[in-house]
Amino acid sequence: MSINVSGVTKRFGDFVALDDVSVDLPTGQLTALLGPSGGGKSTLLRIIAGLESADSGTVTIEGTEATHLPPQKRNVGFVFQHYAAFKHMSVAKNVAFGLEIRHRSKEEVKKRVGDLLDLVHLSQFADRLPSQLSGGQRQRMALARALAVEPSVLLLDEPFGALDAKVRKELRDWLRRLHDEVHVTSVFVTHDQEEALEVADEIVVINDGRIEQIGAPDDLYDSPASDFVMTFLGPTTRLGGVLVRPHDIDVLTHTVPGAVAGRIERQLRVGFEVRLTVATEDAQQVEVTVTRATQRQLDLHEGVEVWLTPTTGVPRAEIAAV
Amino acid sequence: MAEATSTTAYARDPKPVRWGLRILVVGYVFLLVAWPTYLVFENALKPGVGKMLSGLGDPEVSHALALTVTITIWAVVINLAFGLTVSLLLVRYDFPGKRVLSALLDVPLSVSPVVVGLALVLVYNGQDGWFGPWLEKAGYQVIFSTPGIVMATVFVALPLVIREIVPVLEEIGDDQEQAARSLGANGYQTFWRITLPGIKWAVVYGVVLALARSLGEFGAVKIVSGNIVGQSQTATLSVEETYQNFQQQTAYAESALLALAAMVCLVIVAVIRPKEHKK
Repeated sequence: MSINVSGVTKRFGDFVALDDVSVDLPTGQLTALLGPSGGGKSTLLRIIAGLESADSGTVTIEGTEATHLPPQKRNVGFVFQHYAAFKHMSVAKNVAFGLEIRHRSKEEVKKRVGDLLDLVHLSQFADRLPSQLSGGQRQRMALARALAVEPSVLLLDEPFGALDAKVRKELRDWLRRLHDEVHVTSVFVTHDQEEALEVADEIVVINDGRIEQIGAPDDLYDSPASDFVMTFLGPTTRLGGVLVRPHDIDVLTHTVPGAVAGRIERQLRVGFEVRLTVATEDAQQVEVTVTRATQRQLDLHEGVEVWLTPTTGVPRAEIAAV
Repeated sequence: MAEATSTTAYARDPKPVRWGLRILVVGYVFLLVAWPTYLVFENALKPGVGKMLSGLGDPEVSHALALTVTITIWAVVINLAFGLTVSLLLVRYDFPGKRVLSALLDVPLSVSPVVVGLALVLVYNGQDGWFGPWLEKAGYQVIFSTPGIVMATVFVALPLVIREIVPVLEEIGDDQEQAARSLGANGYQTFWRITLPGIKWAVVYGVVLALARSLGEFGAVKIVSGNIVGQSQTATLSVEETYQNFQQQTAYAESALLALAAMVCLVIVAVIRPKEHKK
């Protein structure tokens, strides 16, 4: 196990940020800490990095007991949401910082910085100041800077949170490819479930200072351990007393046993999908997502009477106390 | 954006109002600051540069000037070191009594320097001071001597460095410092390589303000120094004395020199600072 967190608790005054959290993060993987804001995921990451200290519990990094080590002795790379670029240094100097602190020879520093800037596609900006870069470029610089010291673990705190949607998507793909190239154990914090599902090998869902579930993206999506995980990982709707995903509902124009009858109240077309709001007979509103093709085939539009049934073999949760 | 808005608001005012305001402000500054200062220089230079310099060359006057230089250097160095430390403490650390400390640091700005001088005398005088007799026995004379003058000067210029640095430290945040830490830098390396370059201009500006303030301190220094000619008389005290002794020429010359030194510092900073920002 590359990172082992055991029984970590952290309080900020009366607020419990982490409540007896234990998790193992395996070597060489890209793990996402996913959860809503204020759930404790960033705190956990900062405790692993040594930027915050745990009230109790232990952190072990690559077999080394690190609970009381200062950040500079943990050999972790940290990437901040707002880049934390060294504003008075050029891009190349930013990347060289960790190496210069370690008194590496000039030639070695120069070569390594050159390689890293190639890796993050910033070679032509080596002499610029961070203020002359775009957000995405700054974050790539920050990543190169963190990778320069060959950390045993790379920690990223909402790395794409401050970027616009398009750049975020590009960087996400790029991070995935980069990780396949460099294979450094990486942990990133995100509140964006799509980002986690797309990029991570493993997802740790954290809420209210506790771990809700750990697993591969598909496992989490297909067999959520709790209503919370199910709700957080994607849209959900209630259909006849069970919680299902809107795209896991079959829409029929004739009745079958067990189907819930209703009438389409509203429809909203978003690109290739069509979102329907169906008012059922027991006066509930069910959200259903169908493809554009299905909608056209069945001639679905507002006012049409339909029957809804959960697609067989999909995750659903009996609603106990919602 | 804010700038654009204020320009529009400004342009909306009718022309006479705009010009009226301009004339009022320029006239105010001219009558209160520019003209009197100019007159000091004019009077100092009236008899010619040679005579002005010979007035400054008088042994008592040049001793006062030299003492002021010494005092200023000490005061600025001490305030710089203390100011940096306290600013970091106030911004980067949380501790009980932080707000009280912050409020205390502004006392020198609100209390009259004369009071500061008296307070120091009460504590450090060699006869019945709270701490003075003990120091005197140990061989240190504070009041009526250079250490006392340095202390008084440090006291009055205390908040200037801190009040320049604190807002800048708050603005840059500690992200960069944390990044440096995670990249392997220890506290010392982080300070010299990251924190200090980030607050460089605030430090320079604070030092210039402290310098100008230290050069010109009068009230507190007058009380603690004893104003002994040729020993503990600083330049500002010498200005007062020469003026009262009808040596106006010397008084003007010294005043002009003091004003010039402070103004040169401010101008130098004003000239270098924008360049750095445009880059």
